[in-house]
Amino acid sequence: MRNFGFSTTKSRTIDYGDIDRRLISYILENEPTFNACLSCGSCTAICSAGNLTSFNIRKLSLQIRLGDLEKTHEEIDKCMLCGKCLLECPRGINTRNVVMLIKKGLTIFEIKDKA
Amino acid sequence: MNIEGKKQIWNAYQKEIAENDYFYARSCIRQNFFPASEVAFLRILREELHKNIIDDPNHTTCTGIGYHSDIVPFDTIQTVVARQFSLMTQAGLEHMAISCVTSFGIYTEILDLWHHFPEQLEKIREYLYKATKREFNLPKNIAHTSDVIYKFRNEIAEKAKYKLVNKQTGEPLNVVEHIGCHYAKMFPTKGVGGAEFPQVLVGMIESWGGNVVDYPERRHCCGFGFRNYLVQANRGYSISNTKKKLESMKPYKPDFIVANCPGCAMFMDKWQYTLAEMEGVTYDENGYGIPVLTYEEMAGLVLGYNPWDLGLQMHQVQCESLLDKMGIEYDPKAKYLDKNGNQMPLPEKPSCLKV
Amino acid sequence: MIDVLIIGGGIAGIETACSLQDLGYETIIVEKEKTIGGHLNDWDTLFPTHRSASEVLAHYTDETRKRALTIYLNTYVISVKKQDDGTFEVHTSRDVVFRSKAVVVASGYKLFNAERKEEYGYKIYDNVLTSADLEVKLKDLKGEFKTPTDKVPERIAFIHCVGSRDEKSGNHYCSKLCCVTAVKQAIHLKQLCPKAEIFCCYMDLRMYGPGFEEMYREAQEKYHIQFIRGRLSEVGENSNGTLQLKVEDTLAARPCKIQVDMLVLMVGMESAKSTELFAQSCGLKCAPNRFIQPLDHHIGSNLTNVEGLFTAGTSIGPMSVFDTVNHAKATAFAIRDYFINTAR
Repeated sequence: MRNFGFSTTKSRTIDYGDIDRRLISYILENEPTFNACLSCGSCTAICSAGNLTSFNIRKLSLQIRLGDLEKTHEEIDKCMLCGKCLLECPRGINTRNVVMLIKKGLTIFEIKDKA
Repeated sequence: MNIEGKKQIWNAYQKEIAENDYFYARSCIRQNFFPASEVAFLRILREELHKNIIDDPNHTTCTGIGYHSDIVPFDTIQTVVARQFSLMTQAGLEHMAISCVTSFGIYTEILDLWHHFPEQLEKIREYLYKATKREFNLPKNIAHTSDVIYKFRNEIAEKAKYKLVNKQTGEPLNVVEHIGCHYAKMFPTKGVGGAEFPQVLVGMIESWGGNVVDYPERRHCCGFGFRNYLVQANRGYSISNTKKKLESMKPYKPDFIVANCPGCAMFMDKWQYTLAEMEGVTYDENGYGIPVLTYEEMAGLVLGYNPWDLGLQMHQVQCESLLDKMGIEYDPKAKYLDKNGNQMPLPEKPSCLKV
Repeated sequence: MIDVLIIGGGIAGIETACSLQDLGYETIIVEKEKTIGGHLNDWDTLFPTHRSASEVLAHYTDETRKRALTIYLNTYVISVKKQDDGTFEVHTSRDVVFRSKAVVVASGYKLFNAERKEEYGYKIYDNVLTSADLEVKLKDLKGEFKTPTDKVPERIAFIHCVGSRDEKSGNHYCSKLCCVTAVKQAIHLKQLCPKAEIFCCYMDLRMYGPGFEEMYREAQEKYHIQFIRGRLSEVGENSNGTLQLKVEDTLAARPCKIQVDMLVLMVGMESAKSTELFAQSCGLKCAPNRFIQPLDHHIGSNLTNVEGLFTAGTSIGPMSVFDTVNHAKATAFAIRDYFINTAR
């Protein structure tokens, strides 16, 4: 194959037909409130881990919905399990249970970091 | 797909196209990549349609590519455009027929700007006068040359020697039409059929017997993107856009692609070679690629012009498969003869794309 | 001379007539269509309870009959002229000229013509419907729900704000009912096609009314409707008749491609053309959104700049059935006040 000094770029477009739904289905089965998220960000604003690291539980919820499980794996251990998000969520989503389910699901589906 | 719905939109976007007496504004790049297309346009207008069109050797590039790459300042390009208008005025003409979609976009945008900011027009008049002692009138009508061919598509159909039909099966050829972004995306009312469902090429294809392929990425940019192509390291953006289009059209098995923009026709043609070399992919069933025509080449084939006079041998994707489907007779030995009948050097063969 | 002439025999017009009758006034209703009930005739169910629209319609048909309301059907208003003595002369498509002491504009709305959003391919791609088309389809449904190309849908998308909050379409305003209608229709389709994945693409979700938020949550939690914050920019058709949508998931900041079997465009409300026409004839002031401008947004939304000329329902802007009925009742009281004050 020839090298012209540039290469094609993979599309950033999310194709809803290709999403890995294993983790989201697993979480919803065990914690249906997870779907009620409004993306308000109050969980993230108050997050103990998010204060110090890139951990963003609101974004994580989107990543799981879009099937980016490797990224989820990279992030999830940053959670300090303090439960402040649980206290704050206006829709009463059991975020603590969600975090535990993420950890469990990642093990069940044998997801590892990109590295 | 409901064609009546499209017709409704087309009715809402019919623009005025001058009947005769055009000043021809050539493209700066087409003569390199599709060297006979502009010659074919002049031949069709003069010999088939008996129109008056002036092709002035003093006409220059519009500098649009430089402008869109931040090399040419806005005042400069306006003054260059003013000079073309001055050549038109000098020729006693009022209608511009513009060969390039980038130029067409530039002319349309500048006229719109002068309409809203007359003081800018006065400033440019002054610049041009200071630089060249030239004066100019604004054109009464500007049309892209694909508009002109569209306008006379039925006259061309009457004179047609070939149709866009597979001679063996009798089925219409499947044609992908691609419209340059600057034809109507900036000013939808200035394009025949508007920006979402442009009719300009569809009208030609349908009048000449072909079937138009409406594939999902039809409206996507070819990937030229001016500076994104001009900087080598950024060409990945350009080729990836073309790839997206080619992948989207592939399932429809198009017999050929027709474009109304110099850059689009070039990129959709040449990038097929590059993609084949880089990734080993081709977008037809047999590994030859999908032929890409300009609308003048398409009209020329329909009118029975010699494919080698139309410059089809200069394309990256070879067009013999299409010529065979249409039942066009041609002399394979004459493919690389110059106009005096001397053999030209033969091009190298690509390693992946079949020729 | 009659007391009040009401333009429009939809729920706003009939409710106003009923309330005025209760207050002892004589009314006539002028309706341009051949039946009463307006748009409700074409609707299947109503939010937030999924109640059948025909039930509400039946209530008004019964009232009309019981109360023997005077209704001129197939009659459209050409002009409304205020006379020097403060009364009104109403010219219609009929030969007779109506005279009344007050006039109520209850002429309703029209739906946005989705063909104007060319990029969405309505009336071009077979599987693109409007919310109103879907109501008709649901109303007439016999057996299994199928797309216009006769497929049991596996993926459906609802597009909010079609022709609303869209200055290029000439409508800068929010039509306010489409959000909840989409949620209602999404739930309904999920019930009919439990295996289908359903998406709602929205810019903002406006669940303003009682019961709306509850319905939204039910859609998320119970029915797994996927809400994507992003506005549809383009629709293309695939070779198998499915549609390709291009939307940005603005929360994830990524462009998205969604292939669906059916697309539903949530069309907003626009001021009825006829309202604009006769508004001109009597100097009625219209707001920048082309609906009739209320004299006072807070304490006089039934009044207009022309004394004796009142509004009821969606002639002043998008309203739900619930809002319309309340507004119409208030109109009757505003007219009573007017009669008492002018008699003095």
